[in-house]
Amino acid sequence: MKKWLILLALPVVTALVWAENIATLRNAPLDENPEPPYIPQVLNEDIKRERAYPMQPPTIPHKIDNYQVDLNNNQCMHCHSRHRTEISQAPMVSVTHYMDREGNFLAEVSPRRYFCNQCHVPQTNAKPLVENNFKDIRQIIQDKRKEQ
Amino acid sequence: MRAIRWIKPLWRTLNRPSVHFSLGFLVMGGFIGGIVFWGGFNTALEATNEERFCISCHEMESNVYRELQDTIHWANRSGVRATCPDCHVPHNWTDKIARKMQASKEVWGWLFGTINTKEKFEANRRELAEHEWARFKANNSLECRNCHSVESMDFTRQSKRARDAHAGFLVTGEKTCIDCHKGIAHRLPNMADVEDW
Ligand code: HEC
Ligand code: HEC
Ligand code: HEC
Ligand code: HEC
Ligand code: HEC
Ligand code: HEC
Repeated sequence: MKKWLILLALPVVTALVWAENIATLRNAPLDENPEPPYIPQVLNEDIKRERAYPMQPPTIPHKIDNYQVDLNNNQCMHCHSRHRTEISQAPMVSVTHYMDREGNFLAEVSPRRYFCNQCHVPQTNAKPLVENNFKDIRQIIQDKRKEQ
Repeated sequence: MRAIRWIKPLWRTLNRPSVHFSLGFLVMGGFIGGIVFWGGFNTALEATNEERFCISCHEMESNVYRELQDTIHWANRSGVRATCPDCHVPHNWTDKIARKMQASKEVWGWLFGTINTKEKFEANRRELAEHEWARFKANNSLECRNCHSVESMDFTRQSKRARDAHAGFLVTGEKTCIDCHKGIAHRLPNMADVEDW
């Protein structure tokens, strides 16, 4: 009988331990409503960030609140298109954005690159929930060299 | 018939030189009457200026008013809210009356349903927007400047993008607010071939 009870209690205990872990993300027990976290602000510092690898779409160093991107207007291209860069002093979307998937160059931004926010996002000052242990390829190569 | 019987003697009285009142009194009376009339006229203008009046037409309510609610001019950290007349009716009296005359055309459009569905509104939107752009361009974005003045802008507190644009093109007088800030309050129409866009 006692053994049975222990066996029955086991999943409950594991669930409790798990709940404790979840509570570290939630910052409150499951049966309580925590204080809502403060809403992070979008970084608008206009400083280009490092890219983690060459093919990475760069993150956006400015805010994009209410920039309209639809059939009528592409607000991003108001600054980033080829013919606007002299006035806006923004970097032109790279040449890949004018290529179709066969590699032909188009006169306008390619339809598959039209919705910029599929790939490019602004950043906020939120604290990361988990530690990032991504290792840059340069770091890996350096580490390897040191080993030799 | 009765009206005519009543009007005839009245006309005779008005036509005859005054015997009971001095000329001075009549001039003063006319002056005061004029003030009362002008005041009433202004109050009527004031009343039509309210946002409530604008959105009493669903053409205005279900399109542009709804869209305004997603923008910074509806809610912001400063708690200042821009209403339709802040941006669309010049505060200057003579300009204001000129604008009201144009507004009669809107009543006409409303009566005949030129934009009474979403589709018709969108089909006409470029043209309506162009009227507004032309007006802002002609008055050097007067309405924007009623709230935002270049003199009070602290460029050091603006983002780099804003600072560069304002210092490079605004203070030099080369461009005005509406040249760069189209679509600040509503969704934009099809922008193909808009000059400078
Ligand atoms: C008012 C002009 C303007 C608009 C509109 C604009 N940008 Fe930018 N963007 C810039 C400028 C200028 C820079 C250069 C860095 C800076 O000053 O912020 C930049 C930088 C970037 C970068 C970084 C490039 C790099 O090499 O690191 C990305 C990505 C970007 N913008 C994407 C976008 C997207 C996506 C949109 C639309 C949602 C957009 N931008 C709208 C002006 C603009
Ligand atoms: C399918 C994903 C994707 C979409 C959609 C996309 N980009 Fe990119 N973008 C990238 C990648 C990947 C890079 C970096 C490699 C490269 O240049 O192709 C990049 C680079 C950039 C750069 C930096 C160019 C440079 O030379 O410094 C800018 C600016 C940019 N994109 C803006 C935009 C804008 C504006 C749009 C919308 C019109 C857009 N992108 C749409 C993936 C995308
Ligand atoms: C009687 C209904 C009605 C009311 C009230 C009304 N509008 Fe309109 N508005 C319309 C219609 C219909 C049009 C389209 C007219 C046309 O086809 O030229 C229009 C067009 C406009 C335009 C486009 C400008 C142009 O020259 O084409 C603006 C701006 C505008 N209205 C603002 C306002 C503002 C601000 C108010 C309040 C002061 C207001 N409206 C009140 C029905 C109305
Ligand atoms: C912060 C200024 C601002 C406020 C507030 C504002 N508008 Fe506008 N409105 C504009 C500008 C600028 C345009 C020119 C088109 C554009 O750039 O979006 C415009 C265009 C319009 C048009 C033409 C159609 C279009 O979308 O281009 C109508 C109609 C209109 N406004 C009505 C209104 C009404 C009704 C309100 C109040 C609910 C209002 N506006 C509030 C700035 C404003
Ligand atoms: C009733 C006063 C008023 C009028 C009229 C007005 N604005 Fe504003 N505007 C504001 C306020 C308030 C803010 C928000 C300030 C803040 O808290 O940052 C603002 C913000 C802005 C911003 C900043 C947007 C952002 O995302 O940070 C721009 C750009 C702007 N206005 C342009 C215009 C233009 C262009 C016009 C004329 C078509 C105009 N404004 C008319 C009061 C006004
Ligand atoms: C040469 C183009 C240009 C002109 C002219 C211009 N602006 Fe701007 N403005 C910008 C750009 C670019 C930004 C930054 C990007 C954004 O907010 O989308 C900006 C940002 C702003 C901001 C937000 C400031 C910040 O730090 O984010 C306000 C407010 C503003 N403009 C108001 C105005 C007013 C009012 C006028 C007319 C008196 C005006 N602008 C004329 C290009 C211009």
